[in-house]
Amino acid sequence: MWLSGNEAIALGAWEAGVRVASGYPGTPSTEIMEHLSGYDGVYTEWAPNEKVALEVAIGASFAGGRALATMKHVGLNVAADPLFTAAYTGGRGGLVILTADDPDMHSSQNEQDNRNYALAAKLPMLEPSDPAESRDFLKRAFVLSEQLDTPVLLRITTRIAHVKGVVAGPGERIEAPLAPGVEKHPEKFVMLPAMARRRRLFVEERMMRCRELAENDSDNRIEDGDRRRGFITSGVSYLYVKEAFPEAAVLKLGMCWPLPEQKIREFAASVETLYVVEELDPFLETQIKAMGIICHGKDLIPAIGELNTAIVRRAIDPGRDTAELFEPVVLPPRPPNMCPGCPHRGIFFNLSRLKVFVSGDIGCYTLGFLPPLNALDSTVCMGASIPMAHGMVKAIGDGAHDKVVSVIGDSTFVHSGITGLINSVYNGSAATLIILDNRITAMTGQQPNPASGTSIKGEPAQSLDLEALCRAIGVKHVRVVNPHEVPECRKIIKEEVERDEMSVIIARAPCVLLPELKLRKPVGYYTNIDNCVGCTSCIRLGCPAISWTPFAEGEAEARGYKKSQKGYSQIDEVLCNDCGQCASLCKFNAITRGEPK
Amino acid sequence: MSDNKNILFSGVGGQGILLASEITAYALLAVGFDVKKSEVHGMAQRGGSVTAQLRYGTKVYSPLIDPGCADIQMAFEMMEAVRYLPYLHQGSTVIVNTQQILPPSVATGQALYPENVLDELRSRAIEVIAVDAFTIARQAGEVRTANVALVGALSVHLPVDEQVFQDIIESRVPERFRAENMAAFTAGRHAGRRQER
Repeated sequence: MWLSGNEAIALGAWEAGVRVASGYPGTPSTEIMEHLSGYDGVYTEWAPNEKVALEVAIGASFAGGRALATMKHVGLNVAADPLFTAAYTGGRGGLVILTADDPDMHSSQNEQDNRNYALAAKLPMLEPSDPAESRDFLKRAFVLSEQLDTPVLLRITTRIAHVKGVVAGPGERIEAPLAPGVEKHPEKFVMLPAMARRRRLFVEERMMRCRELAENDSDNRIEDGDRRRGFITSGVSYLYVKEAFPEAAVLKLGMCWPLPEQKIREFAASVETLYVVEELDPFLETQIKAMGIICHGKDLIPAIGELNTAIVRRAIDPGRDTAELFEPVVLPPRPPNMCPGCPHRGIFFNLSRLKVFVSGDIGCYTLGFLPPLNALDSTVCMGASIPMAHGMVKAIGDGAHDKVVSVIGDSTFVHSGITGLINSVYNGSAATLIILDNRITAMTGQQPNPASGTSIKGEPAQSLDLEALCRAIGVKHVRVVNPHEVPECRKIIKEEVERDEMSVIIARAPCVLLPELKLRKPVGYYTNIDNCVGCTSCIRLGCPAISWTPFAEGEAEARGYKKSQKGYSQIDEVLCNDCGQCASLCKFNAITRGEPK
Repeated sequence: MSDNKNILFSGVGGQGILLASEITAYALLAVGFDVKKSEVHGMAQRGGSVTAQLRYGTKVYSPLIDPGCADIQMAFEMMEAVRYLPYLHQGSTVIVNTQQILPPSVATGQALYPENVLDELRSRAIEVIAVDAFTIARQAGEVRTANVALVGALSVHLPVDEQVFQDIIESRVPERFRAENMAAFTAGRHAGRRQER
């Protein structure tokens, strides 16, 4: 088989007899749950956020089932609360938490090294190097979890999750050792201080046992070689070391916490110069130096961004690579952009015309920041838009209600925006909130959420009533708009922004990438270029389907346009997704729906 | 020394790079190579510049192509053929779809699409094989087969028999578009042969 890391982990979870798996979509972890939902015999779900996902998994484990929670690196911040106490309780069925880190921030707001969570929460962490190991390590993690009565963290990175490689097939499901059912174990399930103090001692004793296991673990292996240089490495960095220095001796750590101190000492003593090669933080290096071992690490290897073979080779052997690289040529940039027909575009077009601070959130709509819309002024983390707008209004004081607007997607609102809205209402905020409700978790690839009306398997599910929820929270002014009707929306946004009371606008139109929309018979808009006066109203939407053709000197007059006209707009009918925002803005009857005449 | 070969796929999100790189990978796997492929999902896919990196050989460790080490670049868009210049070396082969997709700054009239952009490659002793995949696809009867036409052009530069590619395409494209995809692949192979200049 040839699988991505995420596909391999899904396979491993099915093979390991996982009974319950819960997660929240987040690049680069998303496809694990998507693939796992296709296997029989595993209950899978999208949770509203990572904390809920982990709590679901803890419950499943308490009931004796093997349980998996998946999330991206920042998701583990959200789930950190249950994580740190689950480290005390342990479970009954094996409990594995998958964290997918994103070095280089391909699709993330920060770059954090979640190996630090293993140390901080006192949990074992396994770190595979490629898809084949991802599957094996996941199965191993379940065995370890039950053997030591501990949650186990499995850490992958983008270059494992989204790398495809050869994996031995075909795979076979084993039934987990325990039969699920209710059992009461208050001494480990009820973390009142008296019990927690006892479990605190157990945690230390457990990690001691885990350290002993690590010493003899075949996944912490020494690959013999030239001992002039010795490398200690883990995760994807191992692959770069093997390629850059195939002849050298390597200690590959499959378990990156706790560390096999004795094995590390022996290896360090057997090599002339020791190098620790790891992506992001000096996690191993700090621990190895604390053992009193002299080594190179972040003095040579960058602590920022992804590594690759060339970076590792040049850092350690600066003289060897002398070939000069071609310098890049300056080209117009091609940043990501909202799709043609994206409902968010009309809202950001309107916001760009108001003098407000737009407190933004995490999702496709973060791209509202980019030109020509330039209509998003802050992004910190999931759900932050609403409390941050509230904080700004309180800091500014009187008359601030029309200076700040927050925007959040439906999935992000359900993830962690609701408590912020409760706070805003309870504490008397007056900043308008716009919920960009496109019915789906779009950025990560159209996963359903509690407001979508479907489950992870595409089956019908209860759909959260956002209007009723906002009213129940106490928002007195809740209005639903169609974001594609741009001028009408602008009127409503202005009214609500000027209102000196909390209000919510739900801008509702489905994501154009939803399969049911993509399968529609294509109808689009086209330009009557004879009518175009070159006002650029439609151009300023920044839609990828609309482009501007400038006139050469004298061309305007020659073609029968006003002499002063600088060019005309044109719609690419193949790209057009039929939203009509441009037509709603055109005052010159130059944009029409239907087949070209 | 390792015998690894590196193919960089570049283009614009939504152009079908994923399928093209998958077909290529399965063809290389079918003849016994170890193959790794790396790609990026999420925000990067939204109409932005995207790449997929494919490496094959007897044994492949790293999933990433080092700068200066792409032997072949399969570019789905003209400007994207030049954007990753630091990954190429003298003697690299660039198979490029001559389609132009305007980036936002060009579409909104703030910048111009660079003229004769492929000369940036030719002037550095990089072999350029220009393929009008859009026209090939249209002639094949389905414009969405442009990516398979490009696989055809790439296939003549790989140590894999034509039949292996054909079998894989047959198994991986929807049945109702099979004939169109096969026609696009065959026409792509003709277009991909070394061009005299």
